[in-house]
Amino acid sequence: MTTFQLNGSPITIDAAEDTPLLWVIRDLAGMKGTKFGCGIGMCGACTVHLNGRAVRSCITPLAAVADASITTIEGLDPQGQHPLQKAWIETQTPQCGYCQSGQIMQAATLIKDYPNPTDADIDAVMNGNLCRCMAYVRIRKAIKLAAAEMRGSAAHE
Amino acid sequence: MNKFAKYHDLAVPAGLMSRRGFLIGAAGTGFTLAFAGAGLVLADPATAVAQHAFEPTIWYHIDQDGIVTVNIIRAEMGQHVGTALARIVADELEVKWESVRLDYVDTDPKWGLMVTGGSWSVWQSFPYLSQAGAAGRIALIEEGAKLLGVGKDACIARDGMITAGRKSISYGEIVRKGNLTRSYSADQLKAMPLKKPAERRLIGAPTKAIDIPGKTNGTARYGLDAEVAGMVYARPKLPPTRNGCTVSSIDDSAARDVKGYIKSVALDDPSGTVPGWVVVYADSFTAANHAADKVKVVWATGEAAKVSEQDILDHGAKLLDDPKGGSLVVADEGVEQAFAAAKTSLERSYTTSTVLHFQLEPVNALAFEKDGIWEIHTGNQWQSLILPTLAKALGVGEDKVVLRTYLLGGGFGRRLNGDYSVPAALASKAIGKPVKLVFTRPDDVRFDSPRSPSVQRLRMALGEGGKVLGMEHHATAGWPTQVMIPVFMPKGKNGEPYDPFSISGADHWYTVGAHRVRAVANDLANNTFRPGWLRSVGPGWTNWALESFMDEAAHTAGIDPVAFRLGLLDAQGKNAGTAPNATGGAARMAHVLKRAAEKAGWGGTLPKDTGIGVATTFGQERDMPTWCACVARVKVDRGTGVVKLEKLTLVIDAGTLVHPDGALAQTEGAALWGVSMALHEGTEFVNGQVKDSNLNTYTPLRMRDVPELDIEFVPSTEVPVGLGEPGTTVVGPAIGNAIFAAVGARLRHIPIRPADVLQALKEASAKSA
Repeated sequence: MTTFQLNGSPITIDAAEDTPLLWVIRDLAGMKGTKFGCGIGMCGACTVHLNGRAVRSCITPLAAVADASITTIEGLDPQGQHPLQKAWIETQTPQCGYCQSGQIMQAATLIKDYPNPTDADIDAVMNGNLCRCMAYVRIRKAIKLAAAEMRGSAAHE
Repeated sequence: MNKFAKYHDLAVPAGLMSRRGFLIGAAGTGFTLAFAGAGLVLADPATAVAQHAFEPTIWYHIDQDGIVTVNIIRAEMGQHVGTALARIVADELEVKWESVRLDYVDTDPKWGLMVTGGSWSVWQSFPYLSQAGAAGRIALIEEGAKLLGVGKDACIARDGMITAGRKSISYGEIVRKGNLTRSYSADQLKAMPLKKPAERRLIGAPTKAIDIPGKTNGTARYGLDAEVAGMVYARPKLPPTRNGCTVSSIDDSAARDVKGYIKSVALDDPSGTVPGWVVVYADSFTAANHAADKVKVVWATGEAAKVSEQDILDHGAKLLDDPKGGSLVVADEGVEQAFAAAKTSLERSYTTSTVLHFQLEPVNALAFEKDGIWEIHTGNQWQSLILPTLAKALGVGEDKVVLRTYLLGGGFGRRLNGDYSVPAALASKAIGKPVKLVFTRPDDVRFDSPRSPSVQRLRMALGEGGKVLGMEHHATAGWPTQVMIPVFMPKGKNGEPYDPFSISGADHWYTVGAHRVRAVANDLANNTFRPGWLRSVGPGWTNWALESFMDEAAHTAGIDPVAFRLGLLDAQGKNAGTAPNATGGAARMAHVLKRAAEKAGWGGTLPKDTGIGVATTFGQERDMPTWCACVARVKVDRGTGVVKLEKLTLVIDAGTLVHPDGALAQTEGAALWGVSMALHEGTEFVNGQVKDSNLNTYTPLRMRDVPELDIEFVPSTEVPVGLGEPGTTVVGPAIGNAIFAAVGARLRHIPIRPADVLQALKEASAKSA
């Protein structure tokens, strides 16, 4: 039995400790927004937050998240209105969309670490997230748009 | 003869090729608008619709609130096709976009051929969706006029309202109070007054794609997300090669320790899709995955296990050596005479590597039998292709199999071939339960139907002043159409069938005197693996050869590469173009080429080791030309051979753009696919299997290597043509030509690796020394 917080609620999972977190989230917790792409942590489609940091859930064993806080795309914002999500729609970024949960979760930590990200920052942090539709131009644009909105709202607080 | 005619006839929905009419009849709480057989149009349409007594292609439905639901038979795989198609209907219908809903339908014979590929969807659908929308508008005007007590000529349809002076009535109210029942004959439908381009309100206007919000919050549902109560999981154990393997023994003793493991079964497949396959069942994917690693299977392998990439390329070169082999696609008289009269002739060979689809969602399917019907839940691009195979595999009639529709986590042609649904269905049949078959990434790659390696040989006869007297283009590769649906192969001028998708592009729009194009199937490729249609298919390699060759020819003739091409794009004779699809012909190609060169500063000075190169293509087919031109700017590191792609300038004439931002997004993605296949990705066969099976060694383009993109569309009200693939076809040769312009190194193989650049630099300096 492993207990952790999933999108703010406690959840207890009865599965082998080496079960990848990805399949716990998808098939045991039933949240399908996190995707399976490569299984070796190199495409980024399965990216979630572990205590606020982006991790690849396909190579994160269940045992590693005991008592930790996990956030998935479903929990990024209660209404799905995180500045990144709004920017992704505004820029019409998703094509097939399959990688985009992971892209958005990775980008969320990017703009936390670099509130005003340069192209080089975006290259460095987002290079691990493959977009096979190659919507990269728009991903970059959306990150900058969301970062600007977050800086703007931070300035008003 | 249109070599794609047969294909396109089948691809047009039931009802249109055989002079069908159009029906509007009450259904449920609204009215259904449908194409139907001529006989039924003459019958009472109200009864026909109410009793479902017709074989309808129900295109849309209007309810009592004026909500219009448009049925979409195309797969949603990133191109936002539902949005584009529904806007064609809504524009003619004069309804507010906010009142439009989409319904992505499951398979049913009434839809005709269900296929999403070839960059065809908008082009094929535009005429009949326009007519369907117009028929609805006319009926609403007539009925609205009646209810308002005015003449129909006084009425205007706009935003879901019929207005006459100060009186108005909504479409919803007309549905509630009026009787829209109508029937139109095929001739009446054809004569339906379509709006003029200037009157369009949705087509060509900015909009947001309907499928996007769900892709930002985790609610979008893909095939991998499908579940049903009582299902078990399975992972396949793939044999060493695609073809020719049989299972000798299965030893699952080590797997029995895996908690949740159920059993392993060798599949019996009457359809021959998955020879030598074993499936490993468990109560979770994780358990199936672990257990599959522990199950030991011994296979007897066939000839394919001895074949590697170089064997396929060598075999291709040998096939081209035999002038009698293959199919003549273009066969002008006088080719030999042109070469005999030539002042100079040029011959060059070009090759391309195997390329993986690597769509990000690994293939998968959920299959089960319910009430005598086999349900297959999976994302798919060509339902009509796999249904007969599924029926054969399961030993049931095609009417006993239905494919349920999901979003596709990438198509790119991989899911045109629905072979992955077959082992899921067989696995379910073998265990008598619903089975969710999930492929790991290496499983997916090993079962891919990759883009075949290709070999091409081009010749040109040049006369005085660089005048082109004749040209030959010989191309060989594995042919997906021959392997998967040979009935779609037209016959060449010598009566031999050929795969049109594997040679298209070579039948170009340049006026080159006597022209010969020959397509040859590489049987060793066909037998070793299953070649697939991969984004842009043949034009992805034919244009690599053709446009690299045009550059070499220009340099041989001592003429600027842009000027050389423009000289051949005279829009004369067969290159004049025909209405409606290719109006303007080569003149439109010349226009995009000139415009791209001008935008990119062609002829200007550049820093050391930096060069720009040009290419122009017509996208996918002569019968549906999407006019493309690209200028690439690269900087080459002479020490390492690394090519830095700095910028791509693309100018595209795709006729009318239904959804302009979607068109731009498709072109961005297509162009970057071209970049990826030119500089970043490619694999090779080793002993009958691809060498790379995951991202540790397979390296598609990522964020860091994306060049600056400058994409411009030519404003046009011509027929809308495809955009999913064309951008892919023009980029590779522009990059190769830019490398030559930068450092004098000529590359004749993609992907271009730094070692190839160093080698070409060495050859260039040896030549100049």
